[in-house]
Amino acid sequence: MNRKNLGRLGPLVVFVVLALLPYSTLQIPGLFDGVLNSPGTLQLLALCLIFGGVALSYDLLFGFTGLLSFGHALYFAAGTYAANLALTEFGLGLGTAVALTTAVGVLLPLVVGAVALRVEGIAFAMVTLATAQVGSIIVLQDPGGLTGGEEGLAVSREPIPDVFVGVFNTVNKYWLALAYLVFVYVVAAWVTSSRAGRVWQAIRENERRVEVLGMQPYRFKLLVFVLAGLLAALGGVVHLLLLGGSTPRVTTADFTLGLLIMVVLGGAGSRWGAVLGGVLYTYLDSRLTDLAQSPAVQDLPAWLRVPLSEPLFLLGTLFILVVFFVPGGIAGLVARLQERRAGRRSAPPPTGGTAVPGRAVEQVRDRAARGVGVGAGQPRDGA
Amino acid sequence: MIEGSPPPLLRMADVHVRLSGSHILQGVDLTVRRGGVTALLGRNGAGKTTTVKSVLGLVPSTGTIEFTGGDGRAHTLSGRRTHDVVRLGIGYAPEDREVFGGLTVAENLTLAERRDSAHHHDRVYELFPELKARSRQLAGTLSGGQQQMVAIARLLLNDNQLLLVDEPTKGLAPLLVAEVADVLARAAEEVTILLVEQNLTVVRRMATDAVVVDQGQVAWTGSAPELLADPDRTRELLGVAPSGGAHA
Amino acid sequence: MSTVVLLTITGLGLAALYFLVASGLSLIFGLMGVLNFAHGAFLTIGSYGTWWAAQNLPGAGATGWGFIYAVAFGVAVGTFVAALIELALIRPLYERHIEQVLVTVGLSLALVALVRAIWGADPRPFPRPEIARGTTSILGANVPNDRFLLIATAVVVLVAVLAFLRFTRFGLVIRAGVENRSMVTALGIDVRKAFTLVFAIGGAFAALAGALGGVYLGSISPGQGTSLLIFAFIVVVIGGMSSITGTAMAAVLVGLVQQFANYYLASGVGDLSVVLLLAMVLLVRPGGLTARVA
Repeated sequence: MNRKNLGRLGPLVVFVVLALLPYSTLQIPGLFDGVLNSPGTLQLLALCLIFGGVALSYDLLFGFTGLLSFGHALYFAAGTYAANLALTEFGLGLGTAVALTTAVGVLLPLVVGAVALRVEGIAFAMVTLATAQVGSIIVLQDPGGLTGGEEGLAVSREPIPDVFVGVFNTVNKYWLALAYLVFVYVVAAWVTSSRAGRVWQAIRENERRVEVLGMQPYRFKLLVFVLAGLLAALGGVVHLLLLGGSTPRVTTADFTLGLLIMVVLGGAGSRWGAVLGGVLYTYLDSRLTDLAQSPAVQDLPAWLRVPLSEPLFLLGTLFILVVFFVPGGIAGLVARLQERRAGRRSAPPPTGGTAVPGRAVEQVRDRAARGVGVGAGQPRDGA
Repeated sequence: MIEGSPPPLLRMADVHVRLSGSHILQGVDLTVRRGGVTALLGRNGAGKTTTVKSVLGLVPSTGTIEFTGGDGRAHTLSGRRTHDVVRLGIGYAPEDREVFGGLTVAENLTLAERRDSAHHHDRVYELFPELKARSRQLAGTLSGGQQQMVAIARLLLNDNQLLLVDEPTKGLAPLLVAEVADVLARAAEEVTILLVEQNLTVVRRMATDAVVVDQGQVAWTGSAPELLADPDRTRELLGVAPSGGAHA
Repeated sequence: MSTVVLLTITGLGLAALYFLVASGLSLIFGLMGVLNFAHGAFLTIGSYGTWWAAQNLPGAGATGWGFIYAVAFGVAVGTFVAALIELALIRPLYERHIEQVLVTVGLSLALVALVRAIWGADPRPFPRPEIARGTTSILGANVPNDRFLLIATAVVVLVAVLAFLRFTRFGLVIRAGVENRSMVTALGIDVRKAFTLVFAIGGAFAALAGALGGVYLGSISPGQGTSLLIFAFIVVVIGGMSSITGTAMAAVLVGLVQQFANYYLASGVGDLSVVLLLAMVLLVRPGGLTARVA
C-alpha cells in the first residue's frame, strides 16, 4: 500500500480503534489506573478527545491562518456556560440548548472578530486577550448568581437525556466526545482544502499578496475566526455534558495559553498534529496531577518532589524544550523523518511549494513584529 | 594566487540569498580591490541592495564572503553578526538613509562612534558645516539631503576600510547630487567604496571599477570607464544610455 | 468630595503598579519586538523574594531599613532571573519573535507553577512597614499611606528611566533600537547587550511592583502577577507599545477609570470599562495614545 492511501486510511483506522475501545478490558499499567473501559479511564479519554477537537479549532486560527489569538478560551467558555444556562436556568431541552449555544457560538466570535480583526499582529493578540478577560471577569463576578462565580455551575440533569447522565453512562459521553472530535476533524479537513482554506494559508504566508490579488483578507479572517469560535463553543457543550457542570477555569488566560501549547506541541498547521497535541497535553495534565499525589513522588526528596508536584511546571518546561529543539512540534518531527527516509530511497526531497506541516510558527514569525504603535509609520527593521 | 599580488579587499563567491520564498541572489561572484570606487550597477530589482546587505549579514546568505582587514588577514563574513562585520572596518549608508528620526543630529553621530576607531567629528563638521549648525535638531525633521549628509557623516566619523554606500543620490535635487558626489569623491581618496548608484553621471565621475548584476547574478565585471564608453553595452546591461545620466 | 479624593489617589496608586509592570513590558516590546508573557512571573518572584527575605535574610525584616533591605533582595532576584532568562532562552532565538513569545508563555506557566509548588497556592500575609500603615488626611479624605508610597516610587522610576534613556549611551542605543534595530547593528553596536539590559530593567521594575503590590494588598499569591499582567498589557497597548511617557499616561488613565467605574457603577464594571477603553483606543487610533518613544 502506498503512503497516500495510508494517509487517507490512517484517520479512519484511528477512529475505528477509538470507537471500539470501550469494549476492551485491557489493563495498561502506568498509562491508566483502571482497565480501558472503566468509567475513570473513559472519562479521561473523553476529555482528551474534546481538547483534541478544541485544539484543532484553535489551529485553524493560529496554524492555518496565522492569527495569534489569545482569547480562544472565551468561545469554549461561552459554549459551556450558554448551554448550562439554557438547560439549568431556562429549563430548555438539550436540542434547543444546543441550537441556542450554536447561535451564541456564531454571534460572539462574529462581534469580537469584527472588531479585533481590524488590527493586526500583537494588537490583535491583545484585543483577543482582553475580550477573553471580560468573559473571565463576568463569570467570576457572578452577576445575578447566574454563573456561580468561582464555584462553577452544576448543570441541571432533568433536561438532559438519561444516556448522558451518570457514571454508568460515561461510555456514551465518551462516544459523544469522539463524535465531536470527528466532526471537528471532518469540518477542518473540508474547509482547509476548500478555496477559503487556500486563502487562509495565503494570508498566513503573505497577507499583502492576497490583497494584491483583489481579495479581502478581512472577510476570510472573520470567517475562520467565527468557524473556530463555533467549533470551540460546541466543544464547550460536550465538555459540559461530560463534567456535569461549568468551571471558571476554562475562562482564564491560562486556558487559552494551554490551547496554544497544545497546538505548538503537536504541530501548528497540521490537523492531526493539533489533535494529538490536545490529547497529549490533556492526558499529561491529568496524569501528572495524579502522579504528584502518588506515594512514589511524595516520598522523594524535596528538590525533586516540589517541581514534580506541579504539572504546569513540567508542561511549561516541556513546551519550552519543544520550541527550542522540536520546531514544528510532533508533526514537524514526523515530516522531517519521512523526508529523510524518502531521501534515502533516492527520491528527490520535497522542495518549497507546500509548507511542511507544523512549520507555521516560523512562517508567522515576522507578523508578530507588525503591531499597533508599530504600524504608525515608523520603520522598524528598515535596513 | 600569484605571489605579491594583494588579495582583494572583499571577495564574494557563489553567494545565494533566499527571502520569503524568492531566490534573490543566485550565486553572486565578485571582488572589490583595495582602493578606488567599485560601482555596483544593475536594473531595479537585480539584487544590488541585497548584495550589499548580504555582506553585512543583514540578510541570511549562503556561500563565501571574505574580507581582508587592514592587518592583511582574511576574515570570513558569512555567519558573522552584523555588528561584528561592521567592526572590521566596514561602513554602511543604506538606501533610504535610515537616520534615527527621533534622535538629534548630534545623537545620531554619537551613536555611530565605534569603540574600535578614532572619531573624526572635525572632519565631518568641516565637510558638512550645516550639520554643526543643526546638531540639536531632530534628524526626522531634516530634509532628505540633510539626512543623507547625516548618513554619510556616520560613515566618515570612524576609520573604515570599506564603505558600502547604497544609492546616496536617490531622490536628491541636482545641486545636492553634486555635493554628495563631491564628498564621496574626497572620501574615496582615503577609503575603498562599493557604490550602488543609478545616476551614471555620478558613476562616471568617480567609479574605477564596475560590477553589473542582473537577475541575482553578476553579468559583467571590468573597468567602469570602459563600460560607460560603450553605449551599446551599457544599454544592454543597464537599460539606459550612459549619456542620459538620469535615473533609470 | 472626600470619596473622589480617595478614589483618585487609590486609582493613581494602582496606576503606579501598572506603570511599574508596563514600563518594562513596553521597553522590551519596543526594542525587541517580544511580548513578554513571563513578566507577571517576574512580579511574583519579586514579591515572594521580598517576603522570603523579610523572614529569613539576616538584617532584613518587616519594617524600617530591614524592609528596604528585603525589597532590595526581592528586586535583585527579579533582575537576576530576568537577565538570566534573556541570556539563556530569549537570545538564542534572536529575531524569531513568535518563538520568543512562545518561550515566555511557557515560562509564565512554569515559573508561577514553581512558586506555587514551593510556597503553596494560598495567599501569604505580606509585611506592611509602618510607613505604609497609617493614613493621611487630604481634603477630608483619610487616604492610606501605602498609596503615596506606590505613587512616589513610580514617579521616581519614571524620572529615572527617562533620564537614563536621555543621558546615557545605553539609553541612546535603546532609543535608536526601538526606532530601527537593524540599523543600530549596522553601526557596529551589539544590540543584544541592550536586550539583556532591558530585560533586567523590566525584571527589576516588575519585582519592585511585586513588593509594592504585596504592601498594597497585604498578601501575596502566586497567580497575582498574571492577573496584573493582563492589565499591564492593556496599558502598554493604549500607551503606544513602545513609549515610556505614553505608558505612564495610559497607566494613569486605566487606573483612574478602573477605580471610579468599580466604585460608582458596580464592582467588576471598572475592569470591563478598561477593556472597552482598549477597544476604543485601538479602533480610533491604532497607534495608541502616542506612537513615539520616550
